[in-house]
Amino acid sequence: MKKTDIIGAKEQYYSASQWTLVRGRFLKNRVAAIGFWFLMFLFLISIFAEFLAPYPPSAGSKEGKDRKYTYGPPQIVHIFDQDGLTRPYVEDRQTKYSLTSGEMQRKYRVEGTKKYKVLDKFKENETIGTLSLSFFVHGSSYRLLGLLPTDIHLFGATDPKRKVHLFGTDKFGTDLFSQCLYATRTSLSIGAIGVFIAFFMALLIGGTSGYVGGYTDVGIQGASDTIRMIPTIPLYAAFAATFPKEWSNVQIYFALTSILGLLGWTTLARRIRTHILATRNDDYILSSKISGASGAWIIRRHLLPSFTSYIIVDLIISFPYIVLSETALSLIGLGLRRPTISWGVLMQDMTTLQAIQLTPWYFIPLIFFSLAILGFVLVGDGLRQAADPYSQMKR
Amino acid sequence: MLAFSKYLFFRIIFSLLTLLAVSFLVYAIIEMMPGDYVSRYLLKKFSSAGGMIYQEDIDNARIFLGLDRPFLVRYGSWIWGIVTRFDFGTAFRSSTPVTNLLAMKFAATVIVVSCALALTYLISIPLGMYSAIRQNSFADYSLTFIGYAGFCVPAFAVALILMVVNTFIFDADVTGLISSKYVNEPWTWAKIKDFLMHAYIPMIVLGWASTAFALQTMRALMSDEVSKLYVTAAEARGMRGWKLYWQYPGRQAIVPMFNSIGYDLTRIFGDLPIIASILLMGELGQELILSYLDADQNTAAAILVLLAAAVTAVNLITDVVIGILDPRIRAGRFA
Repeated sequence: MKKTDIIGAKEQYYSASQWTLVRGRFLKNRVAAIGFWFLMFLFLISIFAEFLAPYPPSAGSKEGKDRKYTYGPPQIVHIFDQDGLTRPYVEDRQTKYSLTSGEMQRKYRVEGTKKYKVLDKFKENETIGTLSLSFFVHGSSYRLLGLLPTDIHLFGATDPKRKVHLFGTDKFGTDLFSQCLYATRTSLSIGAIGVFIAFFMALLIGGTSGYVGGYTDVGIQGASDTIRMIPTIPLYAAFAATFPKEWSNVQIYFALTSILGLLGWTTLARRIRTHILATRNDDYILSSKISGASGAWIIRRHLLPSFTSYIIVDLIISFPYIVLSETALSLIGLGLRRPTISWGVLMQDMTTLQAIQLTPWYFIPLIFFSLAILGFVLVGDGLRQAADPYSQMKR
Repeated sequence: MLAFSKYLFFRIIFSLLTLLAVSFLVYAIIEMMPGDYVSRYLLKKFSSAGGMIYQEDIDNARIFLGLDRPFLVRYGSWIWGIVTRFDFGTAFRSSTPVTNLLAMKFAATVIVVSCALALTYLISIPLGMYSAIRQNSFADYSLTFIGYAGFCVPAFAVALILMVVNTFIFDADVTGLISSKYVNEPWTWAKIKDFLMHAYIPMIVLGWASTAFALQTMRALMSDEVSKLYVTAAEARGMRGWKLYWQYPGRQAIVPMFNSIGYDLTRIFGDLPIIASILLMGELGQELILSYLDADQNTAAAILVLLAAAVTAVNLITDVVIGILDPRIRAGRFA
């Protein structure tokens, strides 16, 4: 490398904005970058769920059910047959009500006993041929992005009367693949809105606490300590139990999201307060104060930009906590409920021994969930390292 | 030392005030639930029996349970009973004192949770140290992977996996904390063995997430210390192996670990209701959800206050322990 290049690179390094540096450091961290792209993938899924999902996610509508394929295992897509490469197809299976032989009974062990029980009817999913798949098939109508009315779905069975179930079905024959996509949308949107509310509250409360100080600070810290003392899930559950029974699912969704946001500010507020406390007596703040700047101006113009990167890292880190809380609440039956589908609602079906023994594909949403949480953790870790200007000096 | 005891005194006073605030907060939240216990209970009872409910029945039940009094009076008498007589009022559902209802369950919870915490630290401290000493080795990477898994795989999934293993491989029934035949028996060795056979699953499951966190914290703390000069100096004097790491960087790294016990406890308590709903343990988490559903104000509030009190107590104890372990903190300035 020529000497001028080195100087040029150095100059670029020193004149680069903080964000350029953070982005450079972040993308160098390969694990964090993978996590980031996976999260982007999930967000795309949730935006285009109607298009990507072949069927509606609930058993309420006619298109959402498949009476011919209940408790059906996942169908694996084949692209090769005996003649080589072919049109994608799955093995066509149908639930057959059979009373012929004892071998066809699917048994499961009753929890807490040593007895075995037969699953409600003697069902066997019988392979009867193949079912070819097509892209861009017509199905149930919807509005893409809430605007464009259309009925085209990314893929589906070529025969419009038949259905394909990549992740299997539940007892109503509802497509688990479609449910997973819609659940991703619900859970991620709760996380996003919840984080936004929590962030706003934290900024307001933490900012006031750190900037005003004195008795206000003591009072706010006392309140925040009180909330932090109660374990989160039991506290959220107490609020969730106050929702009236006659509320619609939309109301419950918004109430739950606001509660997760309104109670989730404590940790973030404390961090913001500490940052403000540490910098509010710096010389440049004092000079701004002497020049007659107002408190809100100083916070907005001088204090906030000095730790924006920290706040963003904190936001990313608190995102999975909100998603986890929603999942936990829905799981114990105090959060969302069908026909709204979220990861927590899907997990309700997993909590029996029967699910593991007979319908292990019910656990597929858990993989989505775990990978999403992992993605957030990796991105959060990567951003924290990237935003820390000293992290490279240590290494 | 004097400064420390003064600090401790104020710490205790402040904790008690916080607990008081907690109790008011939770009592008020449950008050917000639509319909009180009486309306929910009577509705449930009579809608199944098909009988008629008269306004007088509702009023009588309210007067019997003291629900006709205004909110602040009820809260005042409830908290006064706790402070003066350690009496948490009457549980609406069973019409027995909450103290009797919860005593055994609280004991069971304390045993399971403290065993889970002990397991957490027994596993994570040595493994975290090892991981920090052998950085970038295969063992380090696999431990880091387990750390991430602890965060991503929810505890209830671990519970289900353990249940399946138990049911199919060991052919044992694992729900509940104790087999039904032992419930009313006195504590004998057989009963203790039975309890342990049941309780090890909740212990592992509850400690799962905390272990992952503690593992990562321990690794970070230890790797900060290992590269410091005093360790090199000790090595130069001829110390080798575990003795070196345990006596020099280890002691430094362990002290901050105690700070996280309080957080771990809150995390475990957060997992309790979920795990309880799967493993059917007869402990506080399960009781709490039942009380929520019935708007059983005294019981639910008592459980939340007990959980908060446990967290407070653990935080206080860890502060004292750290003060004893670390003379710098003992002598330091306290706000």
